[in-house]
Amino acid sequence: MDTIVLLTLTGLGLAALYFLVASGLSLVFGLADVLNFAHGLFLGVGAYATWWAAGNLPGAGADGLGFLVAVAFGVAAGTLVAVLVELVLIRPLYSRTIEQVLVTVGLSLAGVALLQATWGADARPFPRPDWTRQVTSILGANVPNGGLLLIIAAVVVLGALLAFLRWTRYGLVIRAGVENREMVTALGIDVRKAFTLVFAIGGAAAALAGALGGVYFGTVSPGQGGSLLIFAFIVVVIGGMGSVVGSAYAAVAVGLLQQFVNYYGTSGLGDVCVVGLLAVVLLLRPQGIAGKVATA
Amino acid sequence: MAEPILSVEELSVRIAGLHILQGVSFTVAPTGVTVLLGRNGVGKTTTLRAIVGLTPPAGEVRGTIRMGAQSLLARPTHRLVRGGLGYVPEDRCVFAGLTVAENLRLAERRGTTPAYDKVFALFPELDRRGRQRAGSLSGGQQQMLAIGRVLLNDNRLLLVDEPTKGLAPKVVTEVAEVLERVAESVPVLLVEQNLAVVRRLARDAVVLAAGQVAWAGDAQQLLLETALTKSLLGVGSAEVQH
Repeated sequence: MDTIVLLTLTGLGLAALYFLVASGLSLVFGLADVLNFAHGLFLGVGAYATWWAAGNLPGAGADGLGFLVAVAFGVAAGTLVAVLVELVLIRPLYSRTIEQVLVTVGLSLAGVALLQATWGADARPFPRPDWTRQVTSILGANVPNGGLLLIIAAVVVLGALLAFLRWTRYGLVIRAGVENREMVTALGIDVRKAFTLVFAIGGAAAALAGALGGVYFGTVSPGQGGSLLIFAFIVVVIGGMGSVVGSAYAAVAVGLLQQFVNYYGTSGLGDVCVVGLLAVVLLLRPQGIAGKVATA
Repeated sequence: MAEPILSVEELSVRIAGLHILQGVSFTVAPTGVTVLLGRNGVGKTTTLRAIVGLTPPAGEVRGTIRMGAQSLLARPTHRLVRGGLGYVPEDRCVFAGLTVAENLRLAERRGTTPAYDKVFALFPELDRRGRQRAGSLSGGQQQMLAIGRVLLNDNRLLLVDEPTKGLAPKVVTEVAEVLERVAESVPVLLVEQNLAVVRRLARDAVVLAAGQVAWAGDAQQLLLETALTKSLLGVGSAEVQH
């Protein structure tokens, strides 16, 4: 029983990480039709900015309030990079899909190379509060606190995103834009502002994933964003483009499947099963769990 | 004659290598309904979309489009709409996943007071169904929502694309009644296939054929000439439902 609980909660921790990356990716694709391969870079920037801030930024540190300041700095850095990417690189390329893919893939590779050139290719220990290295006993299972922190963060982000989409004017614009972007402009709304906003939201969530992923894994490395991005894309496709709720369901399915199969099967088989799940969903329900609707 | 609210000169639209419109010129009177007629595929919807700036990015638009003294070409759609160009698209395009109230709220503009009283007076059903998802409305109700959305704001000109398409005869009459009342206060450029609706609403007509203006003039006169309507529209005016 304790093994099941442990696998479930660590699987949910992984799902939380996927959700934080995939939710922004999904909104960006659903609204702006941009397949953003540079999304992993936002995660990397968030992780490295948090790591840097904890050691160098006045007021920031590896524990207590200082750690919160470091994470806030990381999130702000990821958000800023995301907004700049949208304004400078993506905006001139809307409705030019091939160029978008080339630019975002190139940016992703260049970003990883830049992080490597600056801080080296090797993984570095991530500064984190002591309590995140400890475990909490739940129904007999010793669950790492870093994973629980990720789950709590993802639930808070999910709630905040749903409230934003449901109750705010920009949330309404995003939900409508995911359905029919052209008609939103035909109602006199400058949908480009919403594009920038979803990039900012996506960048912030990915950067938070980078910071908390550093806590979860204990290290930070330049390629972390890219490897998580693959699974985030799978989550987006399974969940349905543009659906935050769909991304949440899909992230849980992928995280749990990976964790259980890797434990009861052989290591790595979980990843194969995730690809299998993707294939099944594409065959049976090509629009994903929630289809192209920004559900709130 | 009063200055036209809209003038289109030598409008050409090419999309994916196809010349959809080739030098189309016409004007829209500052009052009443001007109807844009023609057989399927002659470029009526393309004309409206070019006016409101919704030609696909890969398309090429040439010519001149003016609303009053203002040139419309090359201005983004949202600015044209905020400048008083209302657009009701073909097939309604309501946001199916949003409620009726949310669809209307989306059309509200900062700094102006939305005319809910006017919209609900025209379409009481929209008030009653505020919490219903727009995707679950009937075709007629969706059309009312699409028109109501545009009427929340002041408009200098309304572009309305096939508002009666696919609707039951009773609903067609209701929509025509509403457009008749709307046209009392704002000029309308209407694309319409239903000649009974055209007979009821239109004062002026522009007929497109093969991407060009084939005929322009008094709409009622056009409908009286059976041979002309037969050759231009493929239907004789005698066949018009009353």
